[in-house]
Amino acid sequence: MPKPLFGLKHLFGIADLSREQIKSLVDLGDDFIEINSRDSKKAPTLRGKTIINLFFENSTRTRTSFEIAGKRLSADVINISASTSATKKGESLLDTGQTLAAMQPHVLVIRHSIAGTCEFLAEFLDNTALINAGDGSHEHPTQILTDLLTLKHNIGDIEGKTMTIVGDITHSRVARSHMLAAKIMGYKVRIVAPKTLLPSHIERYGCEVYYDFDAALEGTDILYMLRVQTERLTTNCYFPSVREYHETYGLNMKRLKAAGDHCMVMHPGPMNRGVEIATDVADSMKSLILQQVEHGVAIRMAALTALCGGGESE
Amino acid sequence: MSDILITNGRVIDPANKIDEVCDIWLADGKVAGVGVFKGTATQTIDAKGLVVCPGLIDMHVHLREPGEEWKEDIESGSQAAIAGGITSICTMPNTEPCIDHAGIVMQVINRAKEIGLCNLHPIGAVTRNLKGTELTEMRELSRAGAVAFSDDGKPVWHAGVMRKALEYSSSFNYIIIQHAEEKQLTEGGSVNEGWVSTQLGVQGMPVEGEDSMIARDIMLTRRADARYHVAHISSKGAVELVRSAQKEGLNVTTEAAPHHFALTEDEVLNFNADAKMSPPLRTEEDRLAVIEGLRDGTITVIATDHAPHHEDDKRCGLSCAAFGIVGLETMLPVSLDLERAGVLKMADLIATMTSNPADLLNLPEGRLNLGNAADICIFDPNKTWTLDRSKLFSKGRNTPWHYRKMTGQVQYTLKDGRIVFEKGEVKS
Repeated sequence: MPKPLFGLKHLFGIADLSREQIKSLVDLGDDFIEINSRDSKKAPTLRGKTIINLFFENSTRTRTSFEIAGKRLSADVINISASTSATKKGESLLDTGQTLAAMQPHVLVIRHSIAGTCEFLAEFLDNTALINAGDGSHEHPTQILTDLLTLKHNIGDIEGKTMTIVGDITHSRVARSHMLAAKIMGYKVRIVAPKTLLPSHIERYGCEVYYDFDAALEGTDILYMLRVQTERLTTNCYFPSVREYHETYGLNMKRLKAAGDHCMVMHPGPMNRGVEIATDVADSMKSLILQQVEHGVAIRMAALTALCGGGESE
Repeated sequence: MSDILITNGRVIDPANKIDEVCDIWLADGKVAGVGVFKGTATQTIDAKGLVVCPGLIDMHVHLREPGEEWKEDIESGSQAAIAGGITSICTMPNTEPCIDHAGIVMQVINRAKEIGLCNLHPIGAVTRNLKGTELTEMRELSRAGAVAFSDDGKPVWHAGVMRKALEYSSSFNYIIIQHAEEKQLTEGGSVNEGWVSTQLGVQGMPVEGEDSMIARDIMLTRRADARYHVAHISSKGAVELVRSAQKEGLNVTTEAAPHHFALTEDEVLNFNADAKMSPPLRTEEDRLAVIEGLRDGTITVIATDHAPHHEDDKRCGLSCAAFGIVGLETMLPVSLDLERAGVLKMADLIATMTSNPADLLNLPEGRLNLGNAADICIFDPNKTWTLDRSKLFSKGRNTPWHYRKMTGQVQYTLKDGRIVFEKGEVKS
């Protein structure tokens, strides 16, 4: 059996990765971009491999991205979503994981609302590589690798650059993973949110915290807007209204201009237009949002290839 | 003629201020003498190098009988207790049905008597069905054998109900034990709120959840002139609140669980559900404050909050896992660390697990008075061993100390003058 690349057994989170591993995954993803733009989008890299996407939470882009990534590399990809899985019949997470692992897939891609789902399952599953496709508010490593690939293309070296992440940090696995990646890769993170949306001791990540969005704009190279769950926002008193949220923490053209011409805009999707991001900003030349989606496929190809051990050479 | 002579041991009986190497002899299931034995005995236990003390009391235990016997029943719980040197347990009322009627009080007491390994003193519910709205018939529950009142597992959250509970119970000198947790601050949380919960991306339970309810209850206790006991104290702020209430002269007491003075929130950094309990493991600062509370006498009781769960309820991811860990079989060795660290002298440490809880709950146990039931714990304070959860007598396997080294081991447990536990085995 081929050995996994870059010393990766699983992909749980950015916290477990070294600088070299992150660079290798991003570079491998970069190599895969070309396949995605070909007319015939098929490579034999993962022929004979079985990949199961096990999604306990709704997801369009991440699940589709993993599915396309696997299929373009000739793997057999099976999608299981919570609504059709045995969990509705009361099967436990552990039983579902063990049942699917018994069918001998090479990789299980898992999204779950429980933080630490992959760490938990890995204790019981042998011989199956696990990829965390988002676990609660904990980590979302392939999103961060995707963003780093997009930034490589648009900014070049990210070291020393400043990323300003705005929004619901408390519930954001993307924000946590970026704060971890920033330490490893040498970029700076500014966090912008009211205290109601900030987790305890956030400054220990080494980030700068701003309550005033406008004060954080100068010196920002990347404005990273987080999706705000509007229904969660008001019912739990995180914020009084969508209107006031957009006014205080939404990215509009005025703020984008104040950040400077060099500043790029990112968003992990799905967007709430008119809430955290104004439509004209989302559709502007500065927006890297669709590139992120495109690169997401390439990064998932890289992650699957790494965990499957590179597969056959073309 | 005595039935059993225990000789050469270091006899520690805090209530009678005894701490010396001497003999203790038993007859007819009672303590017949402490001192220099002259006579003959049917059986002699050589306790050289061992500590001989009253059987330990754990005043905060969850057994799951009636209702959830697959998690723990009175038999397995009794066995776990005596394996931990504990001969009296006070059991919390959150069984199914809960202990809110005299019949259930009598049922669990009788069941424990049938098994005959360990005294069981039920703690009655404060409110009917633990719903937090109507008071239980405390007089009747007390007459049936309830030794205190608590809705533990849940707080008595409603301030008005708590005020009435304190007023009513103290009219008859009963004690209310509060699981202090303001759910409006802790709902949905799994671990202590702080840097650890942030890194895990798991919702936290802030110390203010514990502290604010204790602050409220102390005010109500002052007005009612009641007896108020804080269960499983875990935060620095809570220890300070209790200390200040005691200085003021209020009848406020508290207990600490071994995990809260031995472990910190770092235990859950790998999503370990066997280190999840309520109140949660907190920071090093909180841990040291609990230790200081034990040292200066603010906290007078060590109690385990023994909470057995089935592994299915723990193996489902940290945020879904049930709260609680087992504690009966680890209370003594973990607590002995306090003596080794110089926090408490051996006699004072033993008092926290014998005479102090006995005094609080007016129990005759926890002391080696002549004529008292011969409930005795004999342990080796220096023996090292490795805890293996598959070897626990409890049905619960949920312990954070799995495969950890323990120092101090129970060698013999005697109940009513009979050896019920000897060197790793329960004697039936």
